[in-house]
Amino acid sequence: MDTYFTREHEWIRINGTSGFVGITGYAAEQLGDITFVELPKVGREMRQGEILCTIESVKAASDIYAPLSGTVMEVNAALDFAPEIVNRSPEEEGWLVRVEITEPEGLKSLLTRGEYDDYVRGLP
Amino acid sequence: MIPGAHTSLRNRTGDSPMETLKTTSLLHEHQRLGARMAPFGGWLMPIQYDGILAEHRRCRESAALFDTCHMGRFLFAGDIAASGIERLFSFRLETIAVGRCRYGFLLNEQGGILDDLTVYRLAADRLMMVVNAGPEKKDFAAIRAGLGGNPLFEDLTGHAGKLDLQGPHSRDVLAELAGDEVKDIPFFGFRRMTILGAEAIVSRTGYTGELGYEIYLGDERVVDLWRLLLEDGRVAPAGLGARDLLRLEMGYSLYGSDLDETTTPLEAGLDRFVDLTRDFRGKDALIRQRTEGLSRVRTAFRVSSRRSPRHGYQILCRGETVGTVTSGAFSPMLGCGIGLGYVSPDCSQTGTHLEIRHEEISLEATVVELPFYRDGTLKT
Repeated sequence: MDTYFTREHEWIRINGTSGFVGITGYAAEQLGDITFVELPKVGREMRQGEILCTIESVKAASDIYAPLSGTVMEVNAALDFAPEIVNRSPEEEGWLVRVEITEPEGLKSLLTRGEYDDYVRGLP
Repeated sequence: MIPGAHTSLRNRTGDSPMETLKTTSLLHEHQRLGARMAPFGGWLMPIQYDGILAEHRRCRESAALFDTCHMGRFLFAGDIAASGIERLFSFRLETIAVGRCRYGFLLNEQGGILDDLTVYRLAADRLMMVVNAGPEKKDFAAIRAGLGGNPLFEDLTGHAGKLDLQGPHSRDVLAELAGDEVKDIPFFGFRRMTILGAEAIVSRTGYTGELGYEIYLGDERVVDLWRLLLEDGRVAPAGLGARDLLRLEMGYSLYGSDLDETTTPLEAGLDRFVDLTRDFRGKDALIRQRTEGLSRVRTAFRVSSRRSPRHGYQILCRGETVGTVTSGAFSPMLGCGIGLGYVSPDCSQTGTHLEIRHEEISLEATVVELPFYRDGTLKT
């Protein structure tokens, strides 16, 4: 099981053709206290780089982009009532959706954890 | 997610470029506490320390300490009647008892609000005025230009310290530090006290809806008092982010967002801070407006979900655009979005259904009466 990252601070943890998607700790910290997560519907097709959902925090609303193309199989319903889980545990309990990956070749444009960490370190 | 892409931290207070930002004496304290800083009203201020929601909760449950040194402060000394200063305010100054303060407005000739402020009657011939940071220079010039005779009128902004201690435990905390007299200060009253060996004014006022105090003292003492208060386990620092949530839950307006020079106190529903029984700048315009009827009124609404309405979002009623949101946020106490906005009067009755719209976002909301949050300890 490997986790890959986007420069827009999303992650996808892949197990075979299935992947859990979420936002990174860096993103959660930038957003501040998250107050609302708008999850997509199960069955929704997402294309790599398109808007997957919106997260609202005390400060602002932010669009979350799909790291890979796939079909939404499951959403983290706990976030409807406790979106703060994303702040508390952005890469584990705060997962947003589980997808069935339809275009695995999209992986080549994603970053490994090491590459993502380097990228974040270089940000202003 | 691209940080800041949809930011709603708008430049509503006429912020200056980074190089000309002022800082309070507590800057290093904020940095040591790891505060996230941002411009506000021309000052570099702490927005949050460990988290806006955590700081908000601590104010409602215990005690929060705010750096409010950025606020404008003026001193007037002289014959109030002879100076004509009363004519500049929407409310009477002469009838404020010594040891009391009063909230109201500085208006322009059109009845538009130059600023909202609090005036403290320090003595028969001495007043202290506390104004917002952003419009401070404008306020000072407007008042000075309207003064007759030769009273003393000084701008102490930037040379004086101010801390807000707010929350149900604030009274006990402050009394332990400064003396039991704190317990006798009435709501909208103040006392001169000695704190850390120096003169201070402590008023029972605030912007949160909780029991709380505003502490005015010399700039040279503010760091010591800040540190001393934070040593109390019941007190934690809170930034402007939490402050904005707290005041919005009470329905208190923010100058620059909900009030500006194009809004009158009548439109804002704040008539009770306007005394129309005497003459003052803007009075004729207000009388005219009242006779002709208001074209818009400040309205409070609750969203049916957790989504936040934001400044600038459109307000629709029965399918038509009837106004805009001036302040909005997620309310931790109510668990839903709340907001203030100006709408046409026929859409402002309690229970009216509104739609709040911005790009693809569409929120359902209902007009409610203020305050949103009713369990504050303000009057305890």
